[in-house]
Amino acid sequence: MQRMLRQPLTRALALSSPSRAAPLAARRYAEVVPQPDKVEVFIDDKPVYVPPGTTVLQAAAQVGVEIPRFCYHERLAVAGNCRMCLVEVEKSPKPVAACAMPVMKGMRVKTNSDLTRKAREGVMEFLLVNHPLDCPICDQGGECDLQDQSMAFGSDKSRFTDIHFSGKRAVEDKDVGPLIKTIMTRCIHCTRCIRFASEVAGVDDLGTTGRGTDMQVGTYVEKMFLSELSGNIIDLCPVGALTSKPYSFVARPWETRRIDSVDVLDPLGSNIVVTTRTNEVLRILPRTNEEINEEWLSDKSRFACDGLKRQRLVTPLMTDSRGNLTPVEWEDAIVAAARALRDCPPDKLLAVAGDMADAESLVALKDLVNRLGSELVCTEQYFPLEGSGIDLRSTYLLNTGIANVEEADFVLLIGTNVRFEAPLLNTRIRKAFMHKETDVALIGPQVDLTYDYMHVGDSASIVKDLASGTSSHEVVRKLEQAKRPVVILGADQLKTSEGAALLAYTQELALRLQDKLQDKEWKVLNVLQRTASQVAALDIGYKPGVGAHLSNAKVVYLLGADSGVVTRDSLPKDAVVIYQGHHGDVGASIADVVLPGAAYTEKRATYVNAEGRAQQTLPAVTAPGKAREDWKIISVQKPMSGKLDVQLKSLEDYFMTDAISRASPTMAKCVQAVLKQKQATY
Amino acid sequence: MAGALTRVIQGSKTHLGIVGPLVNINNGSVRFQQTKTKFGPLADSDRIFTNLYGRHDWRLKGALKRGDWFKTKEILLKGTDWIVNELKTSGLRGRGGAGFPTGMKWSFMNKPSDGRPKYLVVNADEGEPGTCKDREIMRHDPHKLIEGCLIAGRAMGAQAAYIYIRGEFYNEASNLQVAIAEAYQAGLIGRNACGSGYDFDVFVHRGAGAYICGEETALIESIEGKQGKPRLKPPFPADVGLFGCPTTVNNVETIAVSPTICRRGGSWFASFGRPRNSGTKLFNISGHVNTPCTVEEEMSIPLRELIERHAGGVTGGWDNLLAIIPGGSSTPLIPKDVCSNVMMDFDALVAAQTSLGTAAIIVMDSSTDIVKAIARLIMFYKHESCGQCTPCREGVSWMNKIIYRFVDGNASPKEIDMLWEISKQIEGHTICALGDGAAWPVQGLIRHFRPELERRMAAYAACHGPSKAERLY
Repeated sequence: MQRMLRQPLTRALALSSPSRAAPLAARRYAEVVPQPDKVEVFIDDKPVYVPPGTTVLQAAAQVGVEIPRFCYHERLAVAGNCRMCLVEVEKSPKPVAACAMPVMKGMRVKTNSDLTRKAREGVMEFLLVNHPLDCPICDQGGECDLQDQSMAFGSDKSRFTDIHFSGKRAVEDKDVGPLIKTIMTRCIHCTRCIRFASEVAGVDDLGTTGRGTDMQVGTYVEKMFLSELSGNIIDLCPVGALTSKPYSFVARPWETRRIDSVDVLDPLGSNIVVTTRTNEVLRILPRTNEEINEEWLSDKSRFACDGLKRQRLVTPLMTDSRGNLTPVEWEDAIVAAARALRDCPPDKLLAVAGDMADAESLVALKDLVNRLGSELVCTEQYFPLEGSGIDLRSTYLLNTGIANVEEADFVLLIGTNVRFEAPLLNTRIRKAFMHKETDVALIGPQVDLTYDYMHVGDSASIVKDLASGTSSHEVVRKLEQAKRPVVILGADQLKTSEGAALLAYTQELALRLQDKLQDKEWKVLNVLQRTASQVAALDIGYKPGVGAHLSNAKVVYLLGADSGVVTRDSLPKDAVVIYQGHHGDVGASIADVVLPGAAYTEKRATYVNAEGRAQQTLPAVTAPGKAREDWKIISVQKPMSGKLDVQLKSLEDYFMTDAISRASPTMAKCVQAVLKQKQATY
Repeated sequence: MAGALTRVIQGSKTHLGIVGPLVNINNGSVRFQQTKTKFGPLADSDRIFTNLYGRHDWRLKGALKRGDWFKTKEILLKGTDWIVNELKTSGLRGRGGAGFPTGMKWSFMNKPSDGRPKYLVVNADEGEPGTCKDREIMRHDPHKLIEGCLIAGRAMGAQAAYIYIRGEFYNEASNLQVAIAEAYQAGLIGRNACGSGYDFDVFVHRGAGAYICGEETALIESIEGKQGKPRLKPPFPADVGLFGCPTTVNNVETIAVSPTICRRGGSWFASFGRPRNSGTKLFNISGHVNTPCTVEEEMSIPLRELIERHAGGVTGGWDNLLAIIPGGSSTPLIPKDVCSNVMMDFDALVAAQTSLGTAAIIVMDSSTDIVKAIARLIMFYKHESCGQCTPCREGVSWMNKIIYRFVDGNASPKEIDMLWEISKQIEGHTICALGDGAAWPVQGLIRHFRPELERRMAAYAACHGPSKAERLY
C-alpha cells in the first residue's frame, strides 16, 4: 500500500515541486536544482515571473493577490474539489481552479473579474446551502474560513427557498475519540483532514463514504482516529466540523490572549501559541516554524495543557513531625532548605535536574551547588561518559537538524520509536519517504512508524557488525551508497550497560559514512534525546545520570526530577530531599522540603531542543498560588557570607573620584583642607 | 455510459482550444469538401457491425467469417504512423460523447518514451440512460473490440488494454471474456500478437455500478482500486494516467470501428456524413417509438428520417411528438419543430443548442409529463454525483429539490430563472463533466418548456393558493 502510494501520487507528481520549494528554500541542504527559465504570467495585469509548474494560486500569492480557497493547503496534496479558487483565465471559456492549474507562458489571470466573482459567489452559495446556520453555538466562530470568506465573497441575500420545504442536510456525528469533536453537518467536504491523515500522519483511517450529497467524511466504521498527530485536523478544518473536544464551548477567539512560546513535552521544542484568558491556559496551538514543527503539533503537546491546572504545587511544603508534608511560608521553607544545604558536607550534596528544567534554573542550581563546594550536578537521563563523553556537543545532539532530515536519502534508526519519542521528527522522515526515494531501516523492536522500513533486527550486535564492516546485510550497501545518510540513535538505549559500546559503535559507523561523503557539510550522527532539558543541561556542564552518588548523599536537590531515578530506597535514611518543581508527582512525594516552581507557560525561560537550538518561552499566565519562577527560588538560597562595605566613607573620599576631579586644583585643596581639619582640635 | 461524461462540448476543452483549428484545416490528408447532400440510408455493404442483432455466431469462428481479424498482422506491420494517419484521414471522432478526433488523441501517445509503459483503456462503462450501443458490440461482436484494442494499442505503443466494463453487464463481460480467451488461444493477442512480433495483453475489469466511473479519470481511479472520483486535469491521462503512466481512454465503439477503418481505408469512412462529422454511427432509439432499436446509420442522417425508417415512427405519428433528447440523458432536449429538420451529427446538434452525445435518442410523445421526465433525470444525476466537488454535490441535489416542486407547480415563477442560474453556476465549474450533464437537461427544459412550467405553477396557485416559495422568496 505504502509503496503503491509512493510512486504515483499523481497529483503531487505534477504539482509538488514548487509547493514544497518555498519552505525548502530556507534550508541549507535543499536540493540544488538547476532553475529552469521562469515564465511570465499576468495576475490582474501585474506581471510576475515564476518557475514553470507553479500554480496560478501560488503565482498570485507572489504578487500579493490572495485567492480564496477551502480545500487547498500548501502542505497537502492538491485536491481541487472546493472550487472556491476558480478564476478567469483569458482565452479559457471556463473558469479554472487556481490551486491546481499550472501557469502557462503569457497566461493572463483575472482574479477580480465578473466571471471570477460570479463563480466564487456561486460556489459559496452552494457551500452554504447545506451548511447549518449555527454559528452562534459553533466553536469555530471567529476563526472560521467559511464565515470569513462568505463575508468577503458571498452574496448578500439568500434564495434558498427549499429551507421551507425540505430543509438542509443533516449528518450524524462521528465519535473519533476524546480529542476531536465532530459536528459533521457542518462539513464542507474539503477533504483536508483525509489528506492530512493519509499523507502526513500516515494513518488511512479517514475517508469518504457515500456519493453525491450523501457523501460523508468519517472513519468508515466507528473507531478512534488513532494518531499521535490527530489534533492537527482541528486546525486544518476550515469550518466547525472538527473542533477540539476539551476546548469545546470554552472561549471565543476574540476573548483570549495569545502568547508565543515553546513546547517542552518532547525534545523537539515545537513552537506554540498559548491561548489564555483570565490567567488560565485554555488551549495550545502550533506556531509555524519551518525548521522545527512546520505548522503541526503533536497531540500531547497540544492537549496536555489541562494538566497545568491539576496536581500543582501551590505553596511551599515541609514535613512535619509526623512526616507529613504541610504548607508553610516561603521564608520557613527557604530557610530550612538553605540551612540543610549549608550544613551538608560538600561531597554529599547532590543536585538532580529533571525533564523540563529550563536553562536559567539549571545554571542557577549549578552555581549554588558549586558555591557550596560540590560538583555533583547531574541529570536524570544517562549518557555514557566513556571516550570523549559529552565534551563534544555533537556527541549528544541531533546534528543533521530536524528540517534537514527531509533531505536525507537513507535513514537508519537505532533503538528508537521516533513516532512517539518525537512525532514531528517522524513526519519529516515520512515526508522524505513519501516524496523522495528515501529508504528507512530500523534496528530495534519492530514498531509501526507509519511508513515501510527495512527491519534489520533488534540485536545491539548488529550495530557492531555494521560499524566494523563485518555485516553483509543489505543495509550496509544502502548506507554506503547513500549520499546523505542519517543515523539516529535513541538516547534510551544508552542507559544500559551496553550503552557506551552502542554509542561508540554508532559513532564509528557514522564517522565511516561521514568520511565517504562528498557533501562535507552533511552530518550523519544523531542522538535523539528524550527530554526537553537534557541538551541544555549537558551544555551547561551537568553530568548525565545520578550514578553511585545517591547512596552517599546527605542532601539531594531535585529540580523537577520526576522520572523516578531518585527514590527513597536509593538514599540513606537521614538524607534530606529538597524538591523544586511545579507538579506534585514522583519527586515531591519523597521530599522533605517542597519549593513550588513555575511550569513552562508561566515563566520566561530558555530551552535547548534536541538539535541544539535555544528557544525561549514567554510567561502566558502567572504561576498558581505561591509558586515562583525557578531561577529566583534557587538564587535566594545562595549563602551570603561577606560583609557590606562602601567606598566613600568620609568627605575626603568624596572630592576626588575620577580623572577630572583628581586633576582639579580646587578639589585637591578641598582634600587637603579636610585632612587638615581632621588634625585640628575643633 | 462510457463517455457522455468525458464530454465537453468541443471548444470548451482547454487543450482542444489550442488544437481546435488544426482539426478543421488539416485533418489528415483529405481535404473535406461538402459534396454530399443526402445522408443515409446506409447500404448493408457499408455496415461495420454486421452482427449487431446477434443473429450470427459471436465467437471467433463467426467473427472470422464476418471478416474480423483479416490481415490484422499486415495492419500492425504498417506501423504506428500509418494507423494514426488512417484514423486522421477517416475523421473519426470519439464515440463516447465528447467527439474528440481519435487520430489526434492517439498521436498524443507517441511522444518520446520516458521508460514508463503505456496503456490503452477502453471505456465500456455504458451507464447513461438511453444509451445501449456498446453492450450490443460486446455481446454480439466482441472480436471487433478486441481487434480494435490490438490495433489501437499498436498505434499508441501500448503494452496492454484494460476494458473497464459496467458491472451490470454480466453477460457482456462474460462474452467478452470468452472472446478474449479465444483470441489468446488463437495467438491473436498476447505474446507476438497475430505473429506481428508485438506483445499485447487485454484485461477485463468489471465496475461496480457507478455512472461516474464512465468519466475517464474516475475510470482510471477505479481500475487502480480507488473510489471512482475524477482527477483534476491537467495532467491529462496522456501524461499521467493509469498507474501514473501515459494512457488513452477510448469508447468501445471508437475502438471497435478502427479495424474496419484500417482495412477499408480512412477515406471510405470519411465518405459518410458531413465533413468533420464523418463516418457511420450506432444510434439507439428508445422511448415513444413503435419499434425501439439500435441501428448503424450514416452520420448526418436527418433525425426524422432515422426515426421513421428504423424505429417505425413516433407513436401516434410525427405530430404526436413532444420532444426528443438526441444524445443520451445528459444532452438538452429539443422540441418537435427543431426535431423535424435537424441532422444527427455533432455540428448540427450543437447549432440546435444540444449535443450528439452518444447518439442515444430518447423520443417523448405528447403523453409525456416532460417536467417529471427531466426531474427523473436530475434525480439520476443527483444520485450519481460523486460528491467530490462542491457545485455538483450541492448544486445538483438542490436542482433536484426545486424541479420536483416544479413537477407539482409548487413554486414561484421567479424560481425558473433561479433554477436556470443555478444550472449555470454548476455548468463549467466542476472537475468533470457530470455537472454539465446534469445542468443541460434543466437548461433544455427551461429553454423550450417555460410556458409549461408557468402553467403548472398557475394551476397549483389556483388550486392551493400561492406556493410557499412565492410568499417567501
